[in-house]
Amino acid sequence: MRLLSIELFKLWHNRISKILILGYFMLIFSVAILSTIKVELGPIEFHLADQGIFNFPYIWHFNTFMIGLLKIFFAIIIVAMIGNEYSYKTLKQNLIDGLSKGEFLRSKIYAILAFVITSTLLVFIISLILGGIYSDYNELQIVFSDLEYLLAYAVKLFGFFSFCLFLSLLIKRSAFALGLLAFWQVFEGIAYGLMKWKLSDYIPFLSAEDVFKFFPLNAMGNLIKEPFSRLSAIQNIADQIGEGFNKDYDISVLSLLIVLAWSVLFLRGAYLLLKRRDL
Amino acid sequence: MSDTILELDQLSKSFGNLKAVDQLSLKLKRGNVYGLLGPNGSGKSTTLGMILNVINKSSGSFEWYQGQITTHQALKKIGAIIERPNFYPYMSALQNLKLICKIKQCSYKTIEEKLDLVGLWDRRDSKFSTFSLGMKQRLAIAAALVNNPELLILDEPTNGLDPEGIHQIRKLITTIAEMGTTILLASHLLDEVEKVCNQVIVLKNGVKYYEGPVDQITQTFGYFELKAIDQTALKNFLKKLPQTKEVKSENNHIRLNLNAELSEEELSKKLAGANIFITHFVKKRPSLEQQFLTLTKAQ
Repeated sequence: MRLLSIELFKLWHNRISKILILGYFMLIFSVAILSTIKVELGPIEFHLADQGIFNFPYIWHFNTFMIGLLKIFFAIIIVAMIGNEYSYKTLKQNLIDGLSKGEFLRSKIYAILAFVITSTLLVFIISLILGGIYSDYNELQIVFSDLEYLLAYAVKLFGFFSFCLFLSLLIKRSAFALGLLAFWQVFEGIAYGLMKWKLSDYIPFLSAEDVFKFFPLNAMGNLIKEPFSRLSAIQNIADQIGEGFNKDYDISVLSLLIVLAWSVLFLRGAYLLLKRRDL
Repeated sequence: MSDTILELDQLSKSFGNLKAVDQLSLKLKRGNVYGLLGPNGSGKSTTLGMILNVINKSSGSFEWYQGQITTHQALKKIGAIIERPNFYPYMSALQNLKLICKIKQCSYKTIEEKLDLVGLWDRRDSKFSTFSLGMKQRLAIAAALVNNPELLILDEPTNGLDPEGIHQIRKLITTIAEMGTTILLASHLLDEVEKVCNQVIVLKNGVKYYEGPVDQITQTFGYFELKAIDQTALKNFLKKLPQTKEVKSENNHIRLNLNAELSEEELSKKLAGANIFITHFVKKRPSLEQQFLTLTKAQ
């Protein structure tokens, strides 16, 4: 708790991170705004909330996916909170004042955990409210089915933030760390393309997908698959044009494990970096 | 509780081929004011970095409080200022000190007293980024004192300050030393060390050249500066004295270095007896600065 309070103290007294954190939590509520989208085109009236996006249990999938997109906001905070410690040389001062390197890292991890938990709780509450208003089904066992999406959401966020923490400790400068994150995303895409093109020529029993699912960002993305093609409206259209989707939208245990394994690796790597370096 | 706060044993640090600190052994005892002397690049800051947990040692060891507690626990009981003051620029002086109290696990109660001591209580709510360098350095001292440390480590505390700032900091250090706090002051400014320290450690190229009380390093038999109408006669006479170590012509006077006690009275009587009439006659003791230069040059 002491370590967490140290980190929150640092974040709370920084105006920019305060605005970003509050902004992030506000944005989560903006999903609710989606429910008010109504398009009237002459005789055709389109009300998004009526399309079934807020139906239980589908809402768990939809909201965790949509709100999950906002994680980049908090990624900026994490990268900045490490970058600042280096540029202000306060990391050095913290160590001199009697924080150990392990404690320093733990204070950051606790802050991330606190954030992930708050965010997950908020998603839970908002989904419950929106679903309560708009859902066609309100039986308890339907409402509380598919809650594993929340677990996947928490793991996805934690994995992503661990990656950000590692990158920012590696690079020490916020802007470059974010750049590397973007670069890594592109790199995974290119690597996938290359593997799809050539991998089976060399190793016939391995498909590109088999390898690709172990890449960190892709594994995080795989945790919660896009929910749109699951919407009944879109399913109907697809069926009509004879192109039915047969996608598995469930959370796979393997993906969860892959992301957790990456998180452990990133945090361990971050600790070793910190420990080895002279300041 | 034992007197030894910190003990270094053969502590070394290399950066590639360069040996920044070479097998340094030291003991810091409670109640002393230590001066760590050495020219720039002599390994002072690297040594402090190692004992302060920010630089990894290459070999050797050090122990805080006879190894009874880990380094980071020990650091909570001491106070240290290195090179430049490092604080969160977006926080006020008061917020910065509160954060340090959280890290050091001490109460907020001392904050007012320490800010008052360094004359910053009125500026407690100003952001750190608005402070002048002198104020930042004073805040650093307040921060280092906030836990009532048993040992205060200062690395070049007056570096980059204007004369006014230097004076304020020195006065503060003297005040703190008088309160009985053990101090380790690293500096290349010798008069600074001479004024406040009672023990000195001299480092050059990472090697310890001298360790001991300040007055011992400056305690020699001193020297005379003389001028006479007949310089050659004076020189020949001085060379025959039993207390003479060396006779040198310097500028337009003669310098007599001694290897035994010789008072002004005794020498002037002897000179009068030899009919040598002098126009200039002073006995001097070398300053720490001169001693330091001879020490580091000699080897």
